[in-house]
Amino acid sequence: MIGRNLAIAAAIIALAAVPYAIREPYYVNVASQILLYAIFALGLNILVGYAGLVSLGHAGLFGVASYAVASLLAAGFGHTIAIVGALVVGLTFTAGFAALALRATGISFIMITLALGEILWGLAYRWISLTNGDNGINVSGRPKPFGIALTSANAFYDATLIIFLVAVAAVAIFVRSPFGATLCGTRDQPRRMNALGYHVWMIRFGAFMFSGLLTSVAGVLFVYYNEFISPQTLALTASAEALLMVISGGAGTLLGPIVGAALVVIMKNVVSAYVVRWNFMLGAIFVAIVIFMPEGLVPGAARLFRSAVRMMSRSKPVPVVERMS
Amino acid sequence: MTFWVLLTVNSVTFGGLLFLLSAGFSLIFGLMRIPNLTHGSMFMLGAYLGTTFFSGALGFTVNFWVGAILTGLEVAILGALMERLLLRRLAGQQLAQVLVTLGVSFMVADFCLMGWGGDPISVATPAGLGGFVRVGAAAAPLYRLAIIVIAVIFAIALWLMLERTRLGAMIRAGVDDPQMARVVGIRVSQLFTLVFGLGAGLAGFAGVIGSPILSVYPGLDQDMLPLALVVVILGGTGSLLGSFVGSIIVGFIYNFGQALVPELAYFILFLPMVLVLVLRPQGLFGGQVL
Repeated sequence: MIGRNLAIAAAIIALAAVPYAIREPYYVNVASQILLYAIFALGLNILVGYAGLVSLGHAGLFGVASYAVASLLAAGFGHTIAIVGALVVGLTFTAGFAALALRATGISFIMITLALGEILWGLAYRWISLTNGDNGINVSGRPKPFGIALTSANAFYDATLIIFLVAVAAVAIFVRSPFGATLCGTRDQPRRMNALGYHVWMIRFGAFMFSGLLTSVAGVLFVYYNEFISPQTLALTASAEALLMVISGGAGTLLGPIVGAALVVIMKNVVSAYVVRWNFMLGAIFVAIVIFMPEGLVPGAARLFRSAVRMMSRSKPVPVVERMS
Repeated sequence: MTFWVLLTVNSVTFGGLLFLLSAGFSLIFGLMRIPNLTHGSMFMLGAYLGTTFFSGALGFTVNFWVGAILTGLEVAILGALMERLLLRRLAGQQLAQVLVTLGVSFMVADFCLMGWGGDPISVATPAGLGGFVRVGAAAAPLYRLAIIVIAVIFAIALWLMLERTRLGAMIRAGVDDPQMARVVGIRVSQLFTLVFGLGAGLAGFAGVIGSPILSVYPGLDQDMLPLALVVVILGGTGSLLGSFVGSIIVGFIYNFGQALVPELAYFILFLPMVLVLVLRPQGLFGGQVL
């Protein structure tokens, strides 16, 4: 237990030291992107990994929160109202999403979320009087929590890191809570859970709302990071990227989506400097991961590590009794 | 009055195109139980391949209809290959299959961007169909009427194929109960390849036929795929009648919406889908709950 706490503390210190280690503002910004997308992926993972419901419309929810911030700021409200308002709007849309999509599971759930995400994209793209269409909305300035300006790359990274840590802690607590256990139950044995008296729909709805909250938080961070929002944020490609983060890292693990977010963001920023065809790469990686490593990086690496440890320990003579257990 | 007649003609035309697109989508869904997310890409790929045939980039130009049929065949082969080489490896894992179709759709989209550039390409109306037909005070473009005729011919042909032939009976058996169909000796996995190829070919063909109206541009796939989704959710999966009726409904809503409330056209389009999901989850004509 102590070892675990030490590891967590070391990880936090390492994350906080990142801006001082890399110095270059461009790469600090990439690190901020990783953290904010990790929050998004953590939110999506609640549904994909723990509830067994694959959503292909989450970029819609992400974008709704972003647009809400941008529109409220454009209407002359302050940052506090804009952020709170965006979370409320994000959660309202999530509730609507959930009410419609949770009529189904499995493949149909994918189709419904896909269609709902496309509606939101279509609205952002075509409802020009509200969203300014393809031109997007500019956001001027980042908020100043407790009087600290977030204009520099380092300051924004620190703020994102704090929110990220809170999100990770929230997800960790959520997963270990009785509610998290029942959620996994509805994923593995929905009919049995129903027979045991659990309200499967309500549990899934709750999970959807939590997922939507994390997604909205990430959306708010995103719009402040870019200080700009356009319909591209809501496109199917964006939903697929988020799903790729979850699946490549390992769905249903705490660490997986974070690793996946790092992988995708780094690929996107670094590889796209050399390769123009990012979308082609995205598709190819998707296909490759699904076919060759369906479990994701983190569980795959963990399995390799375990078998390596077993190989190492096999060289020592093991008492028969211990081997039996 | 002229306005409404034209709008109605446009709606039915668009419905006809959508039928060509979504009939395959619906059959694939009904048989393999997966939404084929490359379906919009097949439509776009077909449209782009068509422009290559017509532009003379190959050193010769091809007659419009010959080009459309050739393109349909090409895309059908691609679809069948994709089913054989990629989806077959993941037999039984529907989620993985959906994700693979998603990945391939991105690759196709980028491939088209690479091959044909980002500028929209307009396609000339085929020779002899550039004229108009007078309907009262309105003049309906001949080509749009031709599309309606083609869609009806394909609808009848598909219906005959499904209802009157041995192959059709096998496909229907596969849609109804794949396990039982296997037990009685139908090679369902071969049907998968066949239906996937057929669906892709129809989508590619529809892409060429639609290109004089829609023009060809990057993002065409993302415009068409949600429409096919809506049609199938509306009409019910695996039902030819369902996709026919669904296509006409969506064609009307889409065109009337764009003419009357352009900003919200996309939103209005999805309202009937939401209604159907709430009131009749299996779709208007579908047997199985989605």
